[in-house]
Amino acid sequence: MSLTLNQPTQTSDNNAPQSPKKQSKPLLDPAIVKRAIKESFIKLDPRVVAKNPVMFVVLVGSVMTTYYFIKALIGHEGNALFVGQVSIWLWFTVIFANFAEAMAEGRGKAQADSLRKAKTQTVARKLVNGKEQQVPAPDLRKGDLVVCEVGDVIPSDGEIIEGIASVDESAITGESAPVIRESGGDRSSVTGGTKVLSDRIVIQIATNPGESFIDRMIALVEGAQRQKTPNEIALSILLSGLTLIFLLAVVTLYPYAVYSVRAAGSGAPPSITALIALMVCLIPTTIGGLLSAIGIAGMDRVMQHNVLAMSGKAVEAAGDVNTLLLDKTGTITLGNRQATEFRPLPGVNIEELANAAQLSSLSDETPEGRSIVILAKEKYGLRGRELTEADAEFVPFTAQTRMSGVNVDGVQVRKGAGDNVKRWVEEQGGRIPAELDPIVESIAKVGGTPLVVALNNQVLGVIYLKDVVKGGMRERFDQLRAMGIKTVMITGDNPLTAKSIAEEAGVDDFLAQATPENKMDLIKKEQAGGKLVAMTGDGTNDAPALAQADVGVAMNTGTQAAKEAGNMIDLDSNPTKLIEVVEIGKQLLMTRGALTTFSIANDVAKYFAIIPAMFVVTYPELNKLNLMGLTNSNSAILAAVIFNALVIIALIPLALRGVAYRPMNAGAILRRNLLIYGLGGVLIPFPAIWLLDRILVTLHLA
Amino acid sequence: MTTNGLLQIALFFIVLVLLTKPMGAYMKKVFEGEKHTLSSPLGWLERIIYRVCGIDPAQEMRWTTYAFALLAFSVVGMVFSYVALRAQSLLPFNPQGFGTKEMAPDLAFNTAASFTTNTNWQSYVPETTMSYFSQMVALAIHNWMSAASGAAVAIAVVRGFSRREVNSLGNFWADVVRVTLYVLAPICLVYTLFLVASGVPQNFSPYVKATTLEGVAQTIAMGPVASQEAIKNLGTNGGGFFNANAAHPFENPTPLVNFIQMLSIFLIPAGLTYTFGKMVGNAKQGWAIFAAMSIMFFAGVGVAYKYEAAGTPGLVKAGVQTAATETQSGGNMEGKETRFGIANSALFATVTTDASCGAVNAMHDSFTPLGGLVPLINIMAGEVIFGGVGAGLYGILMFAVIAVFIAGLMVGRTPEYLGKKIEQFEVKMAILAVLVLDASILGFTMLGTNLSLPPGATSQTFTEAQAADEAKLPPLAKWNHVNSSSPSNYYGATYNNVNNSGAHGFSEILYAYTSATGNNGSAFAGITANTPYYNVTLGLAMIIGRFLMIVPLLAMAGKLAQKKFVPASSGTFPTDSGTFVVLLIGTVILVGALTYFPALALGPIVEHFQMNAGKVF
Repeated sequence: MSLTLNQPTQTSDNNAPQSPKKQSKPLLDPAIVKRAIKESFIKLDPRVVAKNPVMFVVLVGSVMTTYYFIKALIGHEGNALFVGQVSIWLWFTVIFANFAEAMAEGRGKAQADSLRKAKTQTVARKLVNGKEQQVPAPDLRKGDLVVCEVGDVIPSDGEIIEGIASVDESAITGESAPVIRESGGDRSSVTGGTKVLSDRIVIQIATNPGESFIDRMIALVEGAQRQKTPNEIALSILLSGLTLIFLLAVVTLYPYAVYSVRAAGSGAPPSITALIALMVCLIPTTIGGLLSAIGIAGMDRVMQHNVLAMSGKAVEAAGDVNTLLLDKTGTITLGNRQATEFRPLPGVNIEELANAAQLSSLSDETPEGRSIVILAKEKYGLRGRELTEADAEFVPFTAQTRMSGVNVDGVQVRKGAGDNVKRWVEEQGGRIPAELDPIVESIAKVGGTPLVVALNNQVLGVIYLKDVVKGGMRERFDQLRAMGIKTVMITGDNPLTAKSIAEEAGVDDFLAQATPENKMDLIKKEQAGGKLVAMTGDGTNDAPALAQADVGVAMNTGTQAAKEAGNMIDLDSNPTKLIEVVEIGKQLLMTRGALTTFSIANDVAKYFAIIPAMFVVTYPELNKLNLMGLTNSNSAILAAVIFNALVIIALIPLALRGVAYRPMNAGAILRRNLLIYGLGGVLIPFPAIWLLDRILVTLHLA
Repeated sequence: MTTNGLLQIALFFIVLVLLTKPMGAYMKKVFEGEKHTLSSPLGWLERIIYRVCGIDPAQEMRWTTYAFALLAFSVVGMVFSYVALRAQSLLPFNPQGFGTKEMAPDLAFNTAASFTTNTNWQSYVPETTMSYFSQMVALAIHNWMSAASGAAVAIAVVRGFSRREVNSLGNFWADVVRVTLYVLAPICLVYTLFLVASGVPQNFSPYVKATTLEGVAQTIAMGPVASQEAIKNLGTNGGGFFNANAAHPFENPTPLVNFIQMLSIFLIPAGLTYTFGKMVGNAKQGWAIFAAMSIMFFAGVGVAYKYEAAGTPGLVKAGVQTAATETQSGGNMEGKETRFGIANSALFATVTTDASCGAVNAMHDSFTPLGGLVPLINIMAGEVIFGGVGAGLYGILMFAVIAVFIAGLMVGRTPEYLGKKIEQFEVKMAILAVLVLDASILGFTMLGTNLSLPPGATSQTFTEAQAADEAKLPPLAKWNHVNSSSPSNYYGATYNNVNNSGAHGFSEILYAYTSATGNNGSAFAGITANTPYYNVTLGLAMIIGRFLMIVPLLAMAGKLAQKKFVPASSGTFPTDSGTFVVLLIGTVILVGALTYFPALALGPIVEHFQMNAGKVF
C-alpha cells in the first residue's frame, strides 16, 4: 500500500463546500422585458416566423383575418367588431410567441454585451525573435508568442510556456478571487480577456481571431449559432404533422358545413374568420410558440450555473445520461483527508497521544495537519499553542522521510507513514510494540490513512486520517439512482480504499487506480451497452475520455486540450456541478413534454367552445355541446382565441424556469406530470374560456 | 341493458383472455421459426413450399425489400383478382351465368382493391353478381393473402423493436408461409367443419327455387359458404358470401356460431399482443397493449349496448315496448336479427369495427345515432382496438410511438420505447401514417359530400324510352351512374347516392370512406356505392389506407432495428404500467379520433340531439 502523506492533492479552492449559486437575475428583469417587447415585433418578419411552421400558420391566419376586417370596415359586410378582435388576438398570438423567445434570449444577450466589454482591443506585446513588438490583439495568430505582465489584459487564448502568474478571470467566470496559472502541467491555459495581476508570463496563442473562447462564448449566449437539437427537431416534426392534420380537419369542415346547410335547409356555413379561429385554436400553438424559448432557456440555465455548454445538443444529452463518472477528489470527498480519531497504543493515555499529535502538526499547514490540530482542540480541549522558530525546530515533510514533526525543549515528535516512523523510532533505539501493526492495518482496511505518532523513541499511537465524504452526497446519489442514473467514482486510490469510500458515499460503482486508459475503456464499455456517459476532467490526459464521453465537462482551470475535448466548460471548475447539469438537461426535456401534452389536451375544451358556436344557426341542437354555457357564437369563438393567446404569456415563466423537477423514478414523474399537464390541460381551459366569455360580454365586446 | 346481455359480453371477454396467451405463445414460436406442435406434422409441407417457390427462409430482408415483397405480393394478387372477376363468364363454377355486365371494370377494381387490402367492402350484391369461382378463388384467396401479409407486417414491425443493431426485419415470404400454414389453415379447417355441423352450407349447387307458405316463389342462394365464412372472420376480412353478411341465417345460423364468429375475429389480433410481448422479451409489454385495447373495447360496447337497449324516443312515442321483458328484447330492434338480440348485435358491431373485420350481423345504419357512432369512432381511432390481423398491432404500435414521444419527454429523457430511442425519423414516419389516414378519410368525404357531377344536383332516371335523352349527357355523368341498373339511374351529385337526408346522409358518406380507409369494410349501408365514382374513390381510399400506412411503419421498423438497445433503468419511462395504458388510450383518442370531432358533430352527434328533439330522417 502506497501512502502519499501530507501532499496537498488539490489547491484549496476545491475544498470549500460548494459555493452557493450566484444570485441569478429575476425572471422578469425590466430591462430584458423592454428589449424583448421590441424584439417581439421585429421578429414578425415572415422570414423569421417561417422557421416555426406552427406560428407561420398563425401568421397567415392573422393576415387573412386582417384582410377580412378591412373588408368588413369598408364594405360593411360581416361583423367588423368580431373579425377585428379575432384578428388582433391572432396577431397577439404570434407576438406573444416572439416575446417568449425574445425573453429567453434576453439574458444571454445581456451577458453577451458584458462579455464584449471584456473583449480586448488592446495592444499585445508580441515576441518576435526574442524582441517585443506592439501589435493589435486581433492580429495575433495561432502559435504567436506574447508577453504579459502585471496589469496586462491577456490578448487571446493560449498556453503559458514560461512563468507563473496570478490571473483575474472574473470577466469570464464572475469569480473575483484570482487564480494561479503556470507553465507546464494542467494549469497552463489562459483565456483572452482575463487580467494578469502579478508576475510575468509568456503565452503561446492557441486560437485565431474570432475563434477565441470569449468569441465562442458570446456566440453561444447570444444564441447566434443556435442550432435546433435533435429532440427539438423531432418535436417540431410532430408539431408540424399535427398542424397539418388540424389544417385538414378545418379545411374540410367548410365543405361539410356546406353539405349540412344544404341538408338542413337553414343557416349558413361558418365564416372564414371563424374557421381560422378554430384552426389556430386546434394547432399546437402553445408548445409551438414556446418551443424555442424552452431550448434557449435551458442553455441559459446551464449558463446561470456558470457552465458553458458548447451546444444545446450537449445539454439535451445530459438529460439522457445513464452513467456519471465522478472524480473522487473534490466531487465526492472534500479532497483532503481529515483526522477523525486518535488511537493510542495500550498503556498510552489518549490525551498524551492527542497532545503529541497536535504538537507535531502545529507547523504543518497542510489541510491534514490543520485537521489534526482542530481535532485535538475540539475533542480534548487542547488549545493550539504558538510556537516560534526560536524555541522549536520544525521538521518539514519530505518525500524521502515521509514524516514531519517538531523538536522542542529536547523532545522530538514525529508523525508519518507507519514504516518510516517505525524506522525512525528504531534508529532512536526504541522498540516497536506488537499492537501497532493491527491498528495501522485496521485503519488502512477501511480506506483510511494511518499516521503513526512517536515521541522520542516511543510509539504513542495512530492518527486516523479519513477521506471525508461531502455532506449530502449520499442523498444526491440516492436521487440519481431513483432517476436511473448510475454513479461511478473514479479514483487513483487502491481498490480497498476506493471500495470503502464508495460504500460510504453511496455510489454504485468505482474505478480504482484509474488511469486515462482504463477510464476510456470504462466509457466505451458503458456506451457499447447503449448507455450515455457523462464525466468531468481537467488534465490533458483526460482529453480523449472527455471527447469520447457523451457529456464531457471540462474544468476551466484545466488545459486547453481538455477544454476543447469536452462539450461543456465549467467556469467555476467545480466537478459536483455535473449532477446539476444532468438535472437541467432532464428539466429541459420535461418542460417540452409537459407543454406539448398541455397544448394537445387543451384542444378538447376548444372544440366544445367553437363547434357548437359555428353551427348554431344550421344545427341549433348542437348547442347541447356548449358545455360551458358560453353566451353567443362570437363570444365563444373569441374567448377560445383569447385563451389560446393568453396561455402562451401565462406559460412563459414556466418555459423559462422549466417545470418543477423532483428526483423520482420515471413512473412517478410521469404520473405526476400526466396529472398536472395532461388532465390539467383538459380541464383548465373550461373555466378559463367561460371566464373570458363573461368578461367579453360584460365589456360588450361580443 | 339486461343482466343476461351483460353476462354474455363478459363471457365473451373472459374466453378471449383465456385464449390470448396460448394463441400468442404459439404464434411467437411460428414466427421465430421455433419448434412447435405442428412443426413435425406439417414441417415437410413448409419445406416443399420453400423449395417449389425458391424461397430461402433464412435470407433476411431489409425493410425496403420486405416492403417491396409485400407490395409485389399484393399487386400481383390484385391484378389476378381483377382479371378473374372480369372474366368470370369464361370461368367454371358459374351456375347462374354471371358475366361482365354484372362486373363492370370499376366494380372489379373496387372489389379487387377491397379484398387485397383486407377491407372486403362490397359495393355489389354477391348473390346477383358473383360466380362461385369468383367467390372461392378470385376473392377468397385474398382472405388468406391479406391476413397473412398483415400478420407478417406486424411481426416485421415488432422485430424492429426486438432486434438490435441489424439491418433486416425477417423474410416476408417465410412469414407469410408460416402464418398461413401453421395458424390460418389448421384453425380454418376445424372451424369450417364446425360451421358445416352447425348448418352452414358448403356446396356448388345452383340456387334453390322454393315456394313459401304464402305461396310466393323464393330463390334460395347456395354455395361454398362455410369455408369462406371461417377465413372471413379469422382473417378479419369480413366480406360476406351473401349480401346480408353474418345476419344471413346461412352464414350465421345459431347463437353459438355467432359467439364463435366474434371470438374468431379477435383471436389472432388479441394473441398477437402476447406474441409481441414475448418477442420483445417482456410479456407485460404485450399485456399493457392488451389492456389498453380492452378498455377501449369495453367503452365501445358499453355505449353501443346502452343506446341500442334504450331504444329511441320515436319508438316510445309509437307505443313500442322498449324496456326488456322475459319475451321481448326491447330497445331498438330495427335492423337486428331476433336470434341475436340487442346485446349480441351491439357486441358484434363493436367487435367487427374494433378489428378491421367489417362482417355485420345487424345493420349499423339502423343503430341509434350514438350506437352507430361507436363503430364509426372505432374505425376512426385507426382500428387499433385489437384491430385487423396484424394491422391492429402495427397500428397501436404507431400510436405507442407517438404517445411515448410526447409523454416520454416528461420523464426527462429522450423518449424510448422497448429500449429503442424514439427520434426524428420514427416520429416522422408515425405522424406521416396518421396524416395519411386523416387525409384520406376527410378528403374523400369532402368530395363525396359536395361534388356535383352531371346531371347536377338532382338525380335522373332514364327509361329505355328516354334513351335518346340519356345519350345527351356529358361523359362525366357516367361517373355517378349506377352499374347495370335498369332503368338507367344517374345520380348526378355524389351526395345524391345516400338514401337518407340531413345529418344521417352525411354519416353514411363519412362512414363509407372511414370504413374504406380503415380497411374495415363494414358499411353503414344506406349508400349506393356501386357507381364508378364511388367504386374508384373507395378503392383508392382502401389502397391508401393500407399501403401508405404500412410503408412508413416498415420504414420506422427498419430504422429501429438498426438502433442500439438502451437497457431500462428506473429513469426509463415504464411502458408496461397502468400509466402507460392510460396514456396510450389518451393518445389514440386525442391524436387519432379527436381530429374527426367536427365531422362527427355534423353527423351522428347532431343526429342524436335531433332525434331527442323528435326529428328523424
